[in-house]
Amino acid sequence: MSDIADRVKKIVVEHLGVEEDKVVDSASFIDDLGADSLDTVELVMAFEEEFGIEIPDDAAETIQTVGDAVTFIKGAV
Amino acid sequence: MFDLGGRNALVTGASGGIGGAIAEALHGAGATVALSGTREAPLAELAEKLGERAHVVPANLSDADAVAALPKAAAEAMGSVDILVNNAGITRDNLFMRMSDDEWAQVLEVNLTSVFRLSRAVLRGMMKARWGRIINITSVVGTTGNPGQGNYAAAKAGLVGMSKSLAYEVASRGITVNCVAPGFIATAMTDKLSDEQKGKILAQIPAGAMGRPADIAAAVAYLASPDAGYVTGATLHVNGGMAMI
Repeated sequence: MSDIADRVKKIVVEHLGVEEDKVVDSASFIDDLGADSLDTVELVMAFEEEFGIEIPDDAAETIQTVGDAVTFIKGAV
Repeated sequence: MFDLGGRNALVTGASGGIGGAIAEALHGAGATVALSGTREAPLAELAEKLGERAHVVPANLSDADAVAALPKAAAEAMGSVDILVNNAGITRDNLFMRMSDDEWAQVLEVNLTSVFRLSRAVLRGMMKARWGRIINITSVVGTTGNPGQGNYAAAKAGLVGMSKSLAYEVASRGITVNCVAPGFIATAMTDKLSDEQKGKILAQIPAGAMGRPADIAAAVAYLASPDAGYVTGATLHVNGGMAMI
């Protein structure tokens, strides 16, 4: 399961161009990692592809932090 | 003139005079094209004329399911949709006081709502590619208004506001969204006008002639090209000076 967390963090690092040590579970994409609203849409798209899942819009809205993403994806795969 | 080599373009309304010319111009600049329209025969004819790099993807844009399926069919045929030209449009002209809800709804559905849906569907691939072009064919009447075309003018003006809003959102991803607004263009439809009707129209056009479909196609080819990468949210009026706006 830690594999999922690692893959999520790798996507976030690559996509947002942030330092790896800042991508902790509690980090908010927008407030802590400098993402704008379009970045968050792109992150969701990237997660969908990486894990072969569908993330509906109402669920995507609840994914605010790295930990939120990991939890959602663990429940969806 | 412009190099579109390696780009894949979906053109709606490609069975019409202007749409066909747009597809030809993009294809001539090196793009692979997917030709969409309601009537398959003229699309197949155009695809045959163009030869390689031309696909036929028929769709009725008044049908929401067909609208949803079209970008997928185009991407399957070409590999991606890098350039979307929303050219298809219908008219249901009537005096405002006589216009039915249905005439209003049909025109808004095809000329505005389908453009929203098609554009939304192609954005995912464009965002990933960090490159994309959406070009919406509007009309001079979207700016000037025209008696008998309250529905059509509303849809065309709506496209302008929609295009600008989308242009804001995706500019940082290398995607541009622009409009081309034709004036009077000589097509099979205008051939049917009487000389008197034509004379009245020409009197309003400083250039003294109707435009050709190729005039619109050239504007689209420019906006689709890498050379126009810094142009977004714009409307390029191609009307012989009929309305200098």
